[in-house]
Amino acid sequence: MSEPTAVPPVAPHPAQATAPATVSAATASPGFWQRARRHPSFVAGATLTALLIACALLSFVWTPWDPYAMDLDTKLQAPDARHWLGTDAYGRDVASLLLVGARNSIWVGVIAVGIGLTIGTLLGLLASARRGWTEEAIMRLSDFTFAFPAILSAIMLTAVFGAGIVNSIIAIGIFNIPTFARITRASANAVWAREYVLAARACGKNRWQITRQHVLPNILSVLVVQATIQFAIAILAEAALSYLGLGTQPPMPSWGRMLSEAQTLMFQAPMLAVFPGVAIALSVLGLNLLGDGLRDLLDPRLRRR
Amino acid sequence: MPLLEVDHLCVTLHTHRGQVSAVRDLSFALERGGTLGLIGESGCGKSLTALALMGLLPDNASTDGSVRLHGQSLLDLNEAGWSQLRGNRMAMIFQEPMTALNPVHPIGRQVAEPLRRHQGLGARSAQAEALSLLERVGIPQAARRLGDYPHQFSGGQRQRIMIAMALACQPDVLIADEPTTALDVTVQQQILDLIADLVDERGMGLILISHDLGVISQNVDQMLVMYGGSVVESGPTETLFRHMAHPYTRGLLAARPQLGAARLPDGRMPPLQTIAGTVPELADLPPGCAFSGRCSYTQPQCRSQRPVPVPQDGSDRHWARCLRPEAMAALPPSGMVAGSAA
Repeated sequence: MSEPTAVPPVAPHPAQATAPATVSAATASPGFWQRARRHPSFVAGATLTALLIACALLSFVWTPWDPYAMDLDTKLQAPDARHWLGTDAYGRDVASLLLVGARNSIWVGVIAVGIGLTIGTLLGLLASARRGWTEEAIMRLSDFTFAFPAILSAIMLTAVFGAGIVNSIIAIGIFNIPTFARITRASANAVWAREYVLAARACGKNRWQITRQHVLPNILSVLVVQATIQFAIAILAEAALSYLGLGTQPPMPSWGRMLSEAQTLMFQAPMLAVFPGVAIALSVLGLNLLGDGLRDLLDPRLRRR
Repeated sequence: MPLLEVDHLCVTLHTHRGQVSAVRDLSFALERGGTLGLIGESGCGKSLTALALMGLLPDNASTDGSVRLHGQSLLDLNEAGWSQLRGNRMAMIFQEPMTALNPVHPIGRQVAEPLRRHQGLGARSAQAEALSLLERVGIPQAARRLGDYPHQFSGGQRQRIMIAMALACQPDVLIADEPTTALDVTVQQQILDLIADLVDERGMGLILISHDLGVISQNVDQMLVMYGGSVVESGPTETLFRHMAHPYTRGLLAARPQLGAARLPDGRMPPLQTIAGTVPELADLPPGCAFSGRCSYTQPQCRSQRPVPVPQDGSDRHWARCLRPEAMAALPPSGMVAGSAA
């Protein structure tokens, strides 16, 4: 319904490919994918994110070497034709480890952001719809959570419930909740003050219908952007926890642990730190660009640009 | 029984500066098919009155008095009761068509929404009904534009869409809060005509709120002039315009710019008359007549004594709250006939 079926054909002229503005000032607004294709940061972000997902999927069916196979004869080798990205201190193939490690990063990001986004958004919407003491209670609780350094609390949680990937994901997820609750409440309160909410109330909608039909759609772009940022932060947090030995446990490969192991070998094999570092940086960059692009594309007011 | 009956309505705002009476002792009755105008400067309480009638007052406001629709008392309704009523039996059009539509939903869906909600129509029939409403309010090529978003329409078209939304469930009472203030003068008249036609067609009661005497004079048959939260003059539009009994009403009329006004002997345009001073804050209203600080006929008793309604011309339908009716009566007639103000 929202996307008109008649999309004007856009000439695939190379000069226009990089200029999203003023290309099709035609009668109907172009569809989502038409606009997406011409949004540079969306394209870059989506490509990098797709690459990350592709690596993770590929690792299920194929890796250049067995990522768990150690071979001390070929340890700490520089990249060459046999081992594209070299080998680590145990002679494991770095390229294979990175591919498998991508799974770990996605897993952490999806679950941790999922926990934070669902619970945090619900709490934020509730606070904004009910106001009064409900809002007070939810916001003070989230202040309370914020007051603890996240990494310290994650260490505490993993210390109590045991180190491991699941516990570290949950710990990261819990600390995403107040972030989402705050941003949801702040943007939802701004929407509640808008005249179209008053108009919706004048049409007889109750506060839950307004929350669902007016507030949530209007703050969705904010949440999507925040989700991609939190996804990136979750990958970094997992890397940090694994670096401290609290996240992924050996032999399961993780980018964060690869970094921490490379640290001690900084002078013998500097490339060992570079590859997982680049992998993390590219994933985070890709997700942030994707979030930026989505924000632009999801906002109906920016259409036809 | 009148359609809408308001008796001694008071709205009190609880602010950090203490309690403020924003609307005092407002009463009127509106018949089916009747039209009522509320006029006054910004901050005189006209919009709060509208919100009170719709049960949409901010949380820090409380009400007193009674509002009855078909004899049903409204002010003690709970939120669910109000939800049943709003949009269904009472609807409202807002001042800013730019911001009163949700930017993220296509307009077809927004107009269809109250139909689905109150009349239980399915998606398809609600959409069809929305289409015919949009055609009725004069959106060109409505069928093609159902999927368009609010920002793709002009201000006048958006106000038409708002009207379509408000009318969707055939309300008994339509409240239009400054429906044309944000629009071009050329579009204003079209929108007002549209509202008048629809009120006629459907036999609704209309409450039109405006600060523009011209708009009020042409479109309503009964009017209330508000100042500082209370009604200072009330009466049938025609009678009231023939004989303005309150200095504030006269001031409002005099302060209108006039096209084709006679030039002064030296060729300049006569200066625009104003009402001296500014509207006092509701918290600092003088103890006597609210207008006493700005009125040129003020006498000591005006500052201390609160005026009561005084019937005018022996008619109980036209009255003014002024302590000096004799001073008003001595003035020449206001010289304006209802309907000629545009």
